[in-house]
Amino acid sequence: MPVKTPPVREADPRKPAPFAASELPSPNLSGSLLSVTSLTLPAVSEILAQATELEKEDSLKRAKRLAKRRIALLFYESSTRTRTSFELAAKGLGADTTLVSSLSSSIEKGETLKDTGLTLRSLGAEAIILRHPNSGAPWLLERETRLPVLNAGDGMHEHPSQALLDLRTMLAHLRPGVKKVNEKTLAGVTVSITGDILHSRVARSNMLLLPRLGARVILCGPSQLLPEIAAQTGPGIEVERDFAKALAQSNVVMMLRIQAERLAGLQLDLDEYKAGYQLNEERLAAHAPKALVMHPGPIVRGLELTGEVADGPQSLILEQVHHGVAIRMALVLRALTASKKKGRG
Amino acid sequence: MATILIRGGHLIDPAADIDGLKDIVLNDGHVSEITEPGLTSFGKAKPSADLQIIEAKGLAVAPGLVDIHVHLREPGQGHKETIATGTAAAAAGGFTSVACMPNTTPTNDSPEITRWMQAPERGASVRVFPIGAATKSIKGEVLNDYAALKAAGAVAVTDDGHPILHDNIMREVLAKATKNGLSVIQHAEDTRMTGGCSMNAGPTAFRLGLRGMPPEAEYGLVKRDIRLVTELARKTKSSKNQPHLHVAHTSTARAVAAVREARANGLRVTCEVAPHHFLLTEEHIGAYDTNAKMNPPLRSAADRDAMIQGILDGVVDAIATDHAPHAAHEKLVEFERAPNGITGLESALGLSLRWLHQEWKMPLSRVLSLLSAQPASLLGFTGRGTLTVGSYADVVIFDPKQEWVFRSADSKSKSKNTPFDGWTMQGKVRWTISEGRVVYTGKTDS
Repeated sequence: MPVKTPPVREADPRKPAPFAASELPSPNLSGSLLSVTSLTLPAVSEILAQATELEKEDSLKRAKRLAKRRIALLFYESSTRTRTSFELAAKGLGADTTLVSSLSSSIEKGETLKDTGLTLRSLGAEAIILRHPNSGAPWLLERETRLPVLNAGDGMHEHPSQALLDLRTMLAHLRPGVKKVNEKTLAGVTVSITGDILHSRVARSNMLLLPRLGARVILCGPSQLLPEIAAQTGPGIEVERDFAKALAQSNVVMMLRIQAERLAGLQLDLDEYKAGYQLNEERLAAHAPKALVMHPGPIVRGLELTGEVADGPQSLILEQVHHGVAIRMALVLRALTASKKKGRG
Repeated sequence: MATILIRGGHLIDPAADIDGLKDIVLNDGHVSEITEPGLTSFGKAKPSADLQIIEAKGLAVAPGLVDIHVHLREPGQGHKETIATGTAAAAAGGFTSVACMPNTTPTNDSPEITRWMQAPERGASVRVFPIGAATKSIKGEVLNDYAALKAAGAVAVTDDGHPILHDNIMREVLAKATKNGLSVIQHAEDTRMTGGCSMNAGPTAFRLGLRGMPPEAEYGLVKRDIRLVTELARKTKSSKNQPHLHVAHTSTARAVAAVREARANGLRVTCEVAPHHFLLTEEHIGAYDTNAKMNPPLRSAADRDAMIQGILDGVVDAIATDHAPHAAHEKLVEFERAPNGITGLESALGLSLRWLHQEWKMPLSRVLSLLSAQPASLLGFTGRGTLTVGSYADVVIFDPKQEWVFRSADSKSKSKNTPFDGWTMQGKVRWTISEGRVVYTGKTDS
C-alpha cells in the first residue's frame, strides 16, 4: 500500500531540511527550557512577569507555591552562580532540592546520563536542572526521563536562563516599566558581546534571543575565539573585530571569560588578547562612557576586564546575579506547573 | 540444491547490457541459462523437489547487489552485529556480496582472521569478502603481510576509520598493495584537523555548540593520496599493474572533484558514496540525533548536491552503505560521546530507487549498476554483479514500483541505528538468491 502521509522528517532532500536546527523541535514537555529558540515572545513575557511577581511576593506565601515538591539539580560541571541561584530559587518556592554532582556520585562509576536521570525520577524528582559539558545533553535527558528539564548550560551550546536574566537586567535599565516584550522592545539597542564567543553558551543564547526583540548584536573578538560563521547563527548578528568600533556602537557591553578548559589545544597569547580586547577604564571612557557593562561570570579580573571596570559605576555584574534568582524562580515554577505529566511512569 | 527457474521477470543486467523480459535458470550455484520468455530447457515444467519456480511477472530481476563497505563487527563486537545477522540484513536488502572492514577486535591483520570471517561456521547468508588491515592493528605503523592476506581471500587493504597519515607509510602501503594486486581503500580524513569533532564544520555546528570537522580534512587527504598514486604510477612501467586507490564514502564536493581530476589524468582512482551522503545534510542532526552521527559526517547542502551530481554524471563508481551497526545503549548517550555510524544494508536499494531513480530520473539500470556491477568490478569480484551464463547465481528480484515504509524495528540487523526509520522506500525485495540458495523471501505486501 502506498503511504498516505509522509513521515515528518522526510522531505525532498534537496529542499530545505524539514526543520532548521535553529528551531529545534519544541520540547515535548511544556515546562522544559532547553533552548531560548523554543520560547515564543509571549512566553518570554510570561516568564518576566512571573519573575517580578515572585520577587515581590511575601516569602512565606511564596514558599507555599511548590511546598515539598522535589527538584533535582544535576551538575556535571562546576558552578557557583547558576547552581546556587537555581537552588535558592527552588527553595524560595518551598521545593526540596537535591544536588547531584559528577564528583561524589555514581556518575563517577560510569552511570549514563539516562540512568542517572531515571534514578532521580524514581526518587521523586519532578524536574531536573541540568548542567552538562556536552552540547545537547538536556535533549537526551528530557527524552529519556520524560521530565521537564531546565538547561543550566550544555557544553558550548546554550544557557537559556542566563539569557533571560540578562534580558531582565537590560530591560530594567533600558526599558523600565515595560511589562510585555515584543519584536520591537529592544529596537535601537546594540549589544556587543566580546571575548571567547566560540566556547560560550551564554553568547549563543543571547545572540539567539536578543535580536528577536529587535536588538542588534555585535560579536567581537579575535578569529581564534570568534569564527566568521558565528554571524550566520541567526538574523541580527554581526561580527566586528575592532573592539573600539564595537564599543562605540554599544548600549550594552557584554564581556566573556576565556574558557581555558575548552580551548582544546588552541594557542592564545594572553598579552596580545588583553591589548586588543580587555575592557579597561580608558577604553570604556573613550568609546562607551554610557554603556551598561555586563558579564555572566565568573570574571577573571585583569584579563577580559579590569577590576576597576568590574567594580565601576557602569557595571551591572552583581545586579545580573540578583536578577538570576527571580528568573529562575519563574522557570522552576513554570517547569512544575506547565508540565502535563504525560508519559510518566 | 534445487535448480531455480525465474520466469517472466524483467532482467536488468547492466554489465551485459540486458534490459528486457528473460527467463533465467540457476543451477549448481551458477547461472546456467538466460533465454527469451518460455524458451528455457525446462519448457513448461512444474515445480518439484528438484525445481523451484519463481514467477517474476511484473518484477525486476537483477544481479545480487554488492556492498563494498560494511562493518560486520565480528570477531569481537558481536553485541553490535554478527556475520550471521549482518549478512541476513544484507540479504533482506538485496545484497549478495559484502566486503567487510577490518576494524574488528582484534583487527583483521592475518590470514587466520580473514579465513575465520569466511568460514561456514559464521552462518553467513551471503558471500563475505574480507578487507584486510593495511597496517598492524590499524595503527598506521607496520604493514601487514598482503600476499598472505590475499591468499586467504582478502580483496583489498585499508585502515578504515584510522586513516594513514604518514606519507611514507601510505607510500609503502600503495606500493606493496599494487605489487600484490590489491586495492587500497582510504577513509580520507586528516585526523589532525578533526580531534574532538562530532559533525561537519560550519554555521550549524557553531549554532549547536559542536566542534566541526572541516571539509578540508577530507579533501586534504584525498589530494595527498592522489599525489602518492601519481608518483607510484610514474614509477610503474607496466600498464597492467597500476595502483588502485579507492576513496571510501566521499562526502565533500572537493573530494569528488579531486577524484574526477585524477581520473582525467589517467589514474586508477575510484570513489563510493553512501546513501546518507546523497540524501541528508547536517541539518538532519536536528535535536542532537545520534542516528545522524557518522564519519564522515553529514555535510552541507552544497556538498550533498555535489554527491548527487557526482552520481548522476558518473564520477562516482559505487554506492556503498558503510553499514555500521551500534547497540542501542551505545547510541543512547550524549551526541559528542556517541559512536559514529549508521546501519544501511536494508535501506540502500529502497532509497536509491526512490530518490535517484524515481525523483531524479536516473535510469534503473544505472542505479543498479552502481549497486552491483561497478562495485563488483572495482574490487575484482569475478562472476558477480552480472547474470551472464556461468556467473554466480547471485540474484535480487524486486518489485520496482512498490513503495513501502522502512521500519528499523523490523530490521534483520542486530542494531537499529538508522536515520531512515519511517522513510518511504521504493522497490520491495521479494527474493534474494545467493549462489543458487534463496536467502531471503520478502512478503508481498508492506
